[in-house]
Amino acid sequence: MNEWVFDSLPPAPESRQRDRRSRFGWRISQITRLGVKSIFSHGLRSMLTVLGIVIGVAAVIAMLAVSEGASFEAQQQFRDLGANNILVKSVKPVAVEESSRLGFGPPQAIVYGLTHADIQTISDTIPGVSNVISSRIVKKNIWNLGNSMNVDVVGTAVDYPTSRNYGLRDGRFFSESEMRDHGNVVVLSQEAADALFPFENPLGQSVRIDSDYYDVVGIMESEGFSNLGQNQAGASNSAPARVFIPLTASRSRFGETTTRQTAGGMESETVELHEAVIQVDNQETVINVGEVIDQILQRRHKNVDYTIEIPLALLRQAEESALRDQIVAGAIAGISLLVGGIGIMNIMLASVTERTREIGIRRALGARKSDIITQFLVEAVILSAVGGLIGVVLGITIPFFISTFWGMTTIVTPVAPILAFSISAMIGVIFGIYPSIRAADMDPVEALRHE
Amino acid sequence: MPAPQANSGHATRPPEQQLRVASVADVSKTYYMGTLEVEVLHGISLDFYGGDYISIMGPSGCGKSTLMNILGCLDRPTTGAYFLGGEDTSKLKDDELSLIRGARLGFVFQSYNLIQQLDVLENIEMPLFYQGFSQAYSHRAAFQLAERVGLADRIHHKPFELSGGQQQRVAIARALAMDPLIILADEPTGNLDSRSGLEILDLFDELHEAGKTLILVTHSDELAERTSRRIRLLDGRVEQDERMGV
Repeated sequence: MNEWVFDSLPPAPESRQRDRRSRFGWRISQITRLGVKSIFSHGLRSMLTVLGIVIGVAAVIAMLAVSEGASFEAQQQFRDLGANNILVKSVKPVAVEESSRLGFGPPQAIVYGLTHADIQTISDTIPGVSNVISSRIVKKNIWNLGNSMNVDVVGTAVDYPTSRNYGLRDGRFFSESEMRDHGNVVVLSQEAADALFPFENPLGQSVRIDSDYYDVVGIMESEGFSNLGQNQAGASNSAPARVFIPLTASRSRFGETTTRQTAGGMESETVELHEAVIQVDNQETVINVGEVIDQILQRRHKNVDYTIEIPLALLRQAEESALRDQIVAGAIAGISLLVGGIGIMNIMLASVTERTREIGIRRALGARKSDIITQFLVEAVILSAVGGLIGVVLGITIPFFISTFWGMTTIVTPVAPILAFSISAMIGVIFGIYPSIRAADMDPVEALRHE
Repeated sequence: MPAPQANSGHATRPPEQQLRVASVADVSKTYYMGTLEVEVLHGISLDFYGGDYISIMGPSGCGKSTLMNILGCLDRPTTGAYFLGGEDTSKLKDDELSLIRGARLGFVFQSYNLIQQLDVLENIEMPLFYQGFSQAYSHRAAFQLAERVGLADRIHHKPFELSGGQQQRVAIARALAMDPLIILADEPTGNLDSRSGLEILDLFDELHEAGKTLILVTHSDELAERTSRRIRLLDGRVEQDERMGV
């Protein structure tokens, strides 16, 4: 009598435990399909919503690629100058330069710049200096029969190419013995070789500088980055190409004084050395050694007729400014992702309101609050992940176009797209939580009554 | 399990041979609108037996919908208890209530309340989905139910591609998916023309004959006449509870 019905009960709620594995796959696929459906049922609205994320993600990747490329270029230049190197260059002192510009008075004889004694002192007194490669740079015309070219003739040491990461394309650099013998040998830069020997192999031929003939023993690689670095490092009036001869030969053939015809009269300059690359054996001490060199030169020179450049310090600066660029890019991207996230939250709230009745139905049919939360959260994540994906595609293509049409170096590191995409998915979660909870917290009765 | 006393005061013929599936014991419901208190139900007690075919009638505002919401575990009584399948629902947490709704109750609404983005089959299997049945089982069960309500050839149609009567049959199939203790129908023919309304009523009759327990809330005498137990509410009280001879 009056017993409760238990025998004829349908599969009881314990069935939740059953089939958990297959249930999970079904659930996810079902919920995902539903999310995709509801996103596509409002195509335009969803697209506009997603736009914020698309722009944000594309902007992060593209900006990072451009700044990465720029800093790579800059760093490459300084690296070519050598991270262990200190560059000391002669510059005409400002005071002298101005008086000579006036063009009055007797022919001027200016003496400035680095001397052999300076270099000797530096390499003798500073511990950690492993090598000094000093160079003289003289502007000359170089001839091969009728072809001539104005070049910088660099008289330098044997180690010059290795000190600058500057490689030979063909032949060899001059040797110690040629250095000792003041040998008449020359190594052409690629540019000079192309101009002087358009049709033949320059190796074994000879070129004329002033009245002396020099045997061509090698050809350097195209100067490319190295030359850019050179220009950046100060040689503003450098000739289009350079050739290299032993420093000893340069001194004995050209002397140390150059005479120039200027508007006001004759002007002669005496410079012993135009530049020196000081190699330090330990990279840690490069910057300190640079300071010591500055002190030594200050004591030895009345006027400031030299500059000291430390590629490593410039490299650090470049890295710092690259970091700053990336922080700015990150901030801009962060803001646009935030705006995109707010857009998603907005549209999810609208969607929750629109689908109040559906939520009521689902609740009546046995959906728990967590089921409703999952459904809307998945939808928000799909929305932002689709935006993120489009953004990644755009973000990878934009740098490609930039480098194709503007010739800028751009580097898309794999980290950027992955990071941007995961952030966009995370934004879906963060900005989807509130609307989802609102959906789940609706009173089923009210929700079912909603029109 | 404290089985409440059968309150058979209004029932003319308490069916001793039947089993109790649900009972409301002295249920009242008060709504608070700001400072205003509105008591909609005043201590209603009713027992429902397996196989009952019940209509609940009454003028609007008499508390039909409120009673229906309580029976459907969508709302909780302010005082009193609601026992469903021997379980005191007032002690259940929200998640457990959701579970009970899905497993023990079937809903049929006046406006069908199908989900528009889903096709017929998906609508029918939704209760199974939320109860955690496997996809294969749910598909099979949903297809059988679609067949039973005569929509086997429409399983992949969307609700808006169906007539009102067909939609209501989908809703009934959905209500049957978990083979619930009680099927609650709120004005099931209210939105239908008379012919499809009759078809739906015939379907209810069939379910009754198959031994299902049905509770219909309605204004329509035509509908009430088919039922074997007619409950009439007035101002939040049971005015009449009569059993017709079968």
